[in-house]
Amino acid sequence: MKRIYFDHSATTPVDNEVAALMMEYMTEKFGNPSSIHSFGREVKKSVDEARQQLASLLNANSNEIFFTSGGTEADNLALKGLAFANRKKGNHIITTCIEHHAILHTCDYLEKNGFTVTYLPVDENAMVRLEDVKKAITDKTILISVMFANNEVGTIQPIKEIGQLAREKGIYFHTDAVQAVGNYPIDVKEYNIDLLTLSAHKFHGPKGIGALYIRRGVRIDAVQHGGGQERSLRAGTENVPGIVGLGKAAEIAQQDMTKKIARISTLRDKLIKGLMEKVPDIKLNGHPTQRMPGSVNFSFLYVEGESLLLNLDLKGIAASSGSACTSGSLDPSHVLLAMGLTHEVAHGSLRLTLGRGNTEEDVEYCLTVLPEIVGRLRSMSPLSASSKMSDSNPCSICKH
Amino acid sequence: MYTEKVMDHFTNPRNVGEISDANGVGEVGNAKCGDIMRIYLKVEDDIIKDVKFKTFGCGAAIATSSMVTELVMGKTLDEALEISNQAVAEALGGLPPAKMHCSNLAADALHEAIKDYIEKKGK
Repeated sequence: MKRIYFDHSATTPVDNEVAALMMEYMTEKFGNPSSIHSFGREVKKSVDEARQQLASLLNANSNEIFFTSGGTEADNLALKGLAFANRKKGNHIITTCIEHHAILHTCDYLEKNGFTVTYLPVDENAMVRLEDVKKAITDKTILISVMFANNEVGTIQPIKEIGQLAREKGIYFHTDAVQAVGNYPIDVKEYNIDLLTLSAHKFHGPKGIGALYIRRGVRIDAVQHGGGQERSLRAGTENVPGIVGLGKAAEIAQQDMTKKIARISTLRDKLIKGLMEKVPDIKLNGHPTQRMPGSVNFSFLYVEGESLLLNLDLKGIAASSGSACTSGSLDPSHVLLAMGLTHEVAHGSLRLTLGRGNTEEDVEYCLTVLPEIVGRLRSMSPLSASSKMSDSNPCSICKH
Repeated sequence: MYTEKVMDHFTNPRNVGEISDANGVGEVGNAKCGDIMRIYLKVEDDIIKDVKFKTFGCGAAIATSSMVTELVMGKTLDEALEISNQAVAEALGGLPPAKMHCSNLAADALHEAIKDYIEKKGK
């Protein structure tokens, strides 16, 4: 059966060139970069090159790049590291309701440790309003953290403007750019970014490696203590295969990025347009234009997301959903709810994220298969345009 | 995550639809939770002559709805009242633990439908 991968926001396949290079650093070039001998030195050089490759992707300097085990660790290091290093200046942090749990749960932890956190709302397109950021700033604010692009609905935030505001107010600005780096052009200088989180496996690099960009002059505390690696900000022997893989993936991502974005956006728009034409009663989630090149997210009224996913999977299409059944909790996605979607509409959400391996045929196949699935599920559903989607019978289980 | 039997009932659900002259209808769940099950019964001489369902929900919700209709077709009301959510899950070869409480409500919907029938008959 034909298999189509439309879940690039979850992860991407490792580029063959990246995988081949990594293999070399597991077998032949296995040295520890901290060693003085030739085995160590050759590897140290490669780690430095990878740092440069990644810096180049972000228009940063290589000494501003700190490798971590991935996006979650980089978010933890950015928030905790900055908060604890600046607690004498203030204890207030501003973030948004639609962040990844790596940010939200780190903020929970900081709240339990003497910090206060403001969670900014978003508009119906999942966009943060600059006015709300301005209003939230107090004389105790030390950090603003706003994600670059949302992982569920793809909305790209006004990062440059928020960065400028933070800079003017003397507040540090962090962005979780896990979805964007490698898939969308980012210039940390132009965007006034002080700290930036990224993860390799979102742009055809390996899992288990990421980085935190820390602008020169920004002081943060280490979270993980041990040896002096990563200039004592992240102790532990370097994941060398991961680092060289990340460097190579960054280099490849940079090549023809504009062309790749144009191609993937065209596929995305074809999918969006096709679904809107073929399926009644659907709602596009996320900003209509300010969205990631590969990001498609719809709510299909009167059907539930997991049923959609299972049916798509049976047809060979891999996707994801923000329904409660797939989030592992009783509530649907916090992002969709923050955008003002009702629970019932959020339960019917489907995320299709396209990547560089996808083709026009993939989109056409999806446009054939998905309307059929929605039609079949709707024919089984007690809900319809004429039925009231309401909470007439409170649920005995979850008390909704 | 789902057994073969669950997937069978999910992909080929039995007895989907409505009964226009149903004499018992039951509904449980709500859209906010992501599950609504509605069961239609046609009862004659205390025997379930026909049963159909309509469900909004996940794979488990659809499969349990389908299974419960299969289990009660042709049964007496007393026999049908003895069918529990647990029994439906067992008939499907089990459900993932997370699904046991939220999407395993088909027997409740059936019991609501029987209650509706008895109430209507009493009038």
